[in-house]
Amino acid sequence: MEIFTEYSDQIFAAFWTTIQLTVFSAIGALVLGTVLAAMRLAPVPMLNWIGTSYVNIVRNTPLTLIIIFSSLGLAQTLGVTMANRQSPTFIVDSNFRLAVLGLTVYTAAFVCETVRSGVNTVPLGQAEAARSLGFSFGQNLAIVLLPQAFRAVLIPMGSVLIALTKNTTIASAIGVAEAALLMKEMIETTAAVIFVGGIFALGFVILTLPLGLLFGWLGKRMAVSR
Amino acid sequence: MTGASVLFDAPGPRARVRNHVISGITVVVVAAVAWVVYSRLDAKGQLTVAKWEPFLTANLWTTYVLPGVQGTLTAAAVSIVFALVLGFLLGVGRLSTHTGIRWVSSVIVEFFRAVPVLIMMIFAYFLYANYDIFPSKHLALAGVITGLTLYNGAVIAEIVRAGVNALPRGQGEAASALGLTWGQTMRSILLPQAVTSMLPVLISQVVVVLKDTAIGYQITFVEMVRQGTAVGSSYGNYIPALIVIALLMITVNFGLSWFATWLERRLRQSKRGPAPLEAGAVEQEGAPGAKVV
Repeated sequence: MEIFTEYSDQIFAAFWTTIQLTVFSAIGALVLGTVLAAMRLAPVPMLNWIGTSYVNIVRNTPLTLIIIFSSLGLAQTLGVTMANRQSPTFIVDSNFRLAVLGLTVYTAAFVCETVRSGVNTVPLGQAEAARSLGFSFGQNLAIVLLPQAFRAVLIPMGSVLIALTKNTTIASAIGVAEAALLMKEMIETTAAVIFVGGIFALGFVILTLPLGLLFGWLGKRMAVSR
Repeated sequence: MTGASVLFDAPGPRARVRNHVISGITVVVVAAVAWVVYSRLDAKGQLTVAKWEPFLTANLWTTYVLPGVQGTLTAAAVSIVFALVLGFLLGVGRLSTHTGIRWVSSVIVEFFRAVPVLIMMIFAYFLYANYDIFPSKHLALAGVITGLTLYNGAVIAEIVRAGVNALPRGQGEAASALGLTWGQTMRSILLPQAVTSMLPVLISQVVVVLKDTAIGYQITFVEMVRQGTAVGSSYGNYIPALIVIALLMITVNFGLSWFATWLERRLRQSKRGPAPLEAGAVEQEGAPGAKVV
């Protein structure tokens, strides 16, 4: 317990970073993923092709590689840093934002596939009715299909977001001070492997289980009754 | 998709023109982005022969890349075997008629789906190091295999459960009517049929395992991504090195994913046997409470 009291501030700070990484990446991934889904469903073959290639490339690449590429490739080699170089917290900010970028790019592929599977749950008659009323593809998607699709896939979308929460640990590969990085540090200094491991495992259980329950409840509540 | 779809009508003359215009704009945008990337790479000298030439030398492959490939394949192969064993035990445990066994299996499965793989790897790595369980040479490998086995075992348990639950009820009922015990029903009636329907998802799970070996990067495991960065630091070509590693990974994983979808379609078409589970995006199934469809 002494270890916990000694490190409690740092532990909460680290999990707070984990939460921030999750929230920012989730927003980015939901937006990008929905755009990609729209591209894959659109009547323009060129857009279909881009959407499909994106998903196939990103889904088959390890997240670690994407995150490390954003640091070693984008920031160090190309000088794309996304933070103010003069700022005293430059390195921390830059790594955090690069991690968010990597997580967004990666998770968007899964969001895209989830949204697409949601569109498939909408009965054909709905899209046909919309078309016969003269809706364009854009209107059809925005007014008829997507609202129902999102409600239908709330539970799998929750799983995508939980996977994202767990994936934020990989940001420690580029030195973002989140839970996994602190865990490694704490084990190295205190050598209390089992106790420290227990704290962090519990931390993630506390983060992910309620999220699963929340989305399960939301999914049932919001389900489109047919 | 040039013809009609449920979502839009077959394009008439105006729609066709509009689609061509959108295609044109897309090409321009893509070309502009490609140009920006190209000039950026060029300005930093990433496209010179010197940055790419090392990939034509045998030394780079034998010293760096191949040991990484070996590490990735070893960890993935061992983990998938262990995970299958663990997964079948836990999956059958969750289907057990014993409340106690069912309860314990459920807790284990949900726990390992709730905790990130990296946390498990770090934990196992330092646990083995502190108690001298493995020689230091194999510490990282053992850590990676432990993490991957626990996580994927939990996911496979859910796949097994979904596979068995997807079978027609009559199968189990007929077995009981013939006087088979629960164990006999599981072993000789339900599991053999479930395995067929699980195959596509299990193959997709191999992709997840292959990708996740890269998480071992953080416990100094010698796998492809780590070796990619090693190439980058010794030849000063991070971008080409990581691109080559990514291409290798994408080729193998894409091939496996394609095979999984092909197998799923084939099984779906065949009249015999149960319908297969979906081979699609499996990443999410690692979330606690997530259902395997």
